[in-house]
Amino acid sequence: MSTTTQRAGAIRTAPYDLVKELVIALAGTLVLILILAAVLSSPDAPSVTIQSWAQKQPVDLVTTATEELAGSTVSAGYGAPYNEGSGSVQKLGFFGPQSWAGTRLSVDSAQDFVLKPLQAASATNSDLAAALSQYNGASDSQRSAWLDAYSKALKDAKEENGQVVVAEGDYGPLPIMMAGLLQIARAGALDGYLLSSGGFYQTDYTRPLLFMGDGSYLSSLAEDQHLLGNQWGMMNETGSYPGQTWLWLYTLWYQIPPYNGNANADLMVVLTMLVLSLALVLVPFIPGVRDIPRWIPVHRLIWRGYSGGKPGAQPARPVGSVTGPTLPSDS
Amino acid sequence: MSEKLTPDVEAGSWTGAIRQRLAAGLPIERLLPDRQPIYVGSWVYVFGVITIAALVWVIGSGVVLALFGPQWWHTTSAGRFFNSLHFWSVQVFFVFMVLHLWGQFFMASWRNGRAPTWMIGAVTFLISILAAFTGYLAQQNLDAQWIGVNAKDAVNSSGLGGFFNVLNFGQMYGLHVMLVPIAITVLVVIHIVQVRVRGVVAPIDAPREELQ
Repeated sequence: MSTTTQRAGAIRTAPYDLVKELVIALAGTLVLILILAAVLSSPDAPSVTIQSWAQKQPVDLVTTATEELAGSTVSAGYGAPYNEGSGSVQKLGFFGPQSWAGTRLSVDSAQDFVLKPLQAASATNSDLAAALSQYNGASDSQRSAWLDAYSKALKDAKEENGQVVVAEGDYGPLPIMMAGLLQIARAGALDGYLLSSGGFYQTDYTRPLLFMGDGSYLSSLAEDQHLLGNQWGMMNETGSYPGQTWLWLYTLWYQIPPYNGNANADLMVVLTMLVLSLALVLVPFIPGVRDIPRWIPVHRLIWRGYSGGKPGAQPARPVGSVTGPTLPSDS
Repeated sequence: MSEKLTPDVEAGSWTGAIRQRLAAGLPIERLLPDRQPIYVGSWVYVFGVITIAALVWVIGSGVVLALFGPQWWHTTSAGRFFNSLHFWSVQVFFVFMVLHLWGQFFMASWRNGRAPTWMIGAVTFLISILAAFTGYLAQQNLDAQWIGVNAKDAVNSSGLGGFFNVLNFGQMYGLHVMLVPIAITVLVVIHIVQVRVRGVVAPIDAPREELQ
């Protein structure tokens, strides 16, 4: 049977078993998690490889590789931290931390994604070696003419027996080079080559992911799984599973002006979230924000059983007997 | 030759000084009280302890996944089940952490000298987002690939891309299984000690004699 006691200058207390509460919470959450795991499992959409890209959409892979040679892909002209380009460098007025940080993960798209793998493959392919020699020995204007003509032809390219076929034209050594690249990609060798950074053990997927990101195959799979930025993708998960829903505010900015469509949207969103995160930490010191709980009295719902010190009130959740000694006060 | 400051502490003893300070600042009856103020009765108070409970299962399932290696859960049903435990415990963790955060906001829990408690809690929330983010990047599946390709632009725009490379699985995995969990655990322990030192905040309309 519950009764209350109140002493002058002391706080009325009631028995409260914190350890029992924690044990019950541990058991309850474990049961909940076990049920969710057993019934719903978890998402695991298979990863994409350059090999699967080459097998499913060879035209896209060859088109992307050709654009890497032409320097027209996102990664080719990205800028810091990958290279000296400026295509993806963002800044607001004088504030440009991306360019200040400089090139720290050097990536040369044409060399790293296409020419070096072809050079390695040419050791056992004399036709490919001759084609590479012709390409490397040509003038810049000649290479540009071949790349321009081949890029246009690829728009109407077809796949026949695993090969990319384009209309007749003067493409120089490019058809042989691209056939060679497609061959090693289909065999899975390009995955390994782009992952390798000299040592035996590898964990850095920067180059293969940049290469796949330049194509349209990976993004088409992401779109199918509603993962694109304009689909609120950062907070989504593959399938129908909940994703990083706690990123809803971060994702929101990309959907509304002046962020959406802005070339510096990422930097704007990052700075906005930095300010808001700092504000969250400093809520106790921000006039107005710290007063919201008084203006919107949700606290009366939380403490609805509390009567402001009047005897006889009961809390919203029963806590048992309320007789006994008081807690030591901090004041 | 030793001189005693008190009957329990040797003069000049750093260990004794720390023990004395801990005993004064956080006596055991305050660290593990078996009574709480009468106003501690709402279900809102349970959100925090459920968050801690979920964190225990997040770390427990994560330890098992780390023990067997990052490929295990892709290739075995047992691994997939433990990944599912990890996945859902993270979801439960975040749901109740956000509920706890909103609850404490509307209780204005930073009052009466508790601002540091709020601040550590908010930092823990932000670090938890980083923990989840590195976890999603370390999944080694389509989701991880696309998140990395997509997120690199935001990280790069901040100038951090060369140091925090979201396309580097090794770096993200190391952060996810080691550094970030340690940070969260330490912060949660500090947060709990802060709550115990200061006690639970009194209702906004509480009379002076009910304030701790």
